[in-house]
Amino acid sequence: MSDEFDITETLDVKGASCPMPVVKTKSAIDDLAEGEVLEVLATDSGSMSDLDGWATGTDGVELLEQVEDGDIYKHYVQKTA
Amino acid sequence: MSTDTPSAGADGEPMSEDALQERIEELEEKVASLETEVGDDQKKMTIVATQGTFDMAYPPLILASTAAAFGWDVVVFHTFWGLDILHEEKSSDLKLSAVGNPNMPMPNALAALPGMDRMATRMMENKIDENGTATIEELIELSLDQGVDLQACQMTIELMEYDEDDFYDGVTTGVGAATALQHMAESDIQLLV
Repeated sequence: MSDEFDITETLDVKGASCPMPVVKTKSAIDDLAEGEVLEVLATDSGSMSDLDGWATGTDGVELLEQVEDGDIYKHYVQKTA
Repeated sequence: MSTDTPSAGADGEPMSEDALQERIEELEEKVASLETEVGDDQKKMTIVATQGTFDMAYPPLILASTAAAFGWDVVVFHTFWGLDILHEEKSSDLKLSAVGNPNMPMPNALAALPGMDRMATRMMENKIDENGTATIEELIELSLDQGVDLQACQMTIELMEYDEDDFYDGVTTGVGAATALQHMAESDIQLLV
């Protein structure tokens, strides 16, 4: 885990598969304020590529970091606008 | 589109200051609306869903809900058997076809036996549950929540003798091929499933 940023909320989508990690991340980000960071915990290995693709193709979000921690894929997404 | 930009009044006399001012405001408005049109980088996607089997219900719904997460403007136009996906009663009872499906681990002669479609569907449903994949109903609710426009073709509603009330709340009815084409023409992505 990084200590370069503070995590505002954690979204647990462990056990859910495509398209849920992306779709639920989008909903959770909508509830955050600009600058806040969402931690997403997933077990779907496709979430590494999918969340990266989603963050790249979506305005107002930035993917700060992705970490593979055992069976858990951790994503850190910041709302930038 | 009108391209006339008169520098003089209709009678050939130079325009008054007020008339010029009015004309300038008119043009500024036009430029602003064109800028919005051109600068509108929101992507649009139209999917035409024609199939009503269990397996074929998934791809349009997964793509639609994900595209909505990207902030895209999404229309899914359901026609023929695709209508069953939006049909509140039928959507929970969509079947996988065991016959003529080379991915089924059984010969066609066996797959044609009564009850085989139900069995194949049950197997697939179990797999979906184990895998943590969303159900069709969940994906429909999710898509509607996210503003996906799920449309049911009016002609096929009548052809299949369905009622507009048979569909999930939020489904758009009273639309036809022209509506679908208009969305497709404006879309960056058009898919037929």
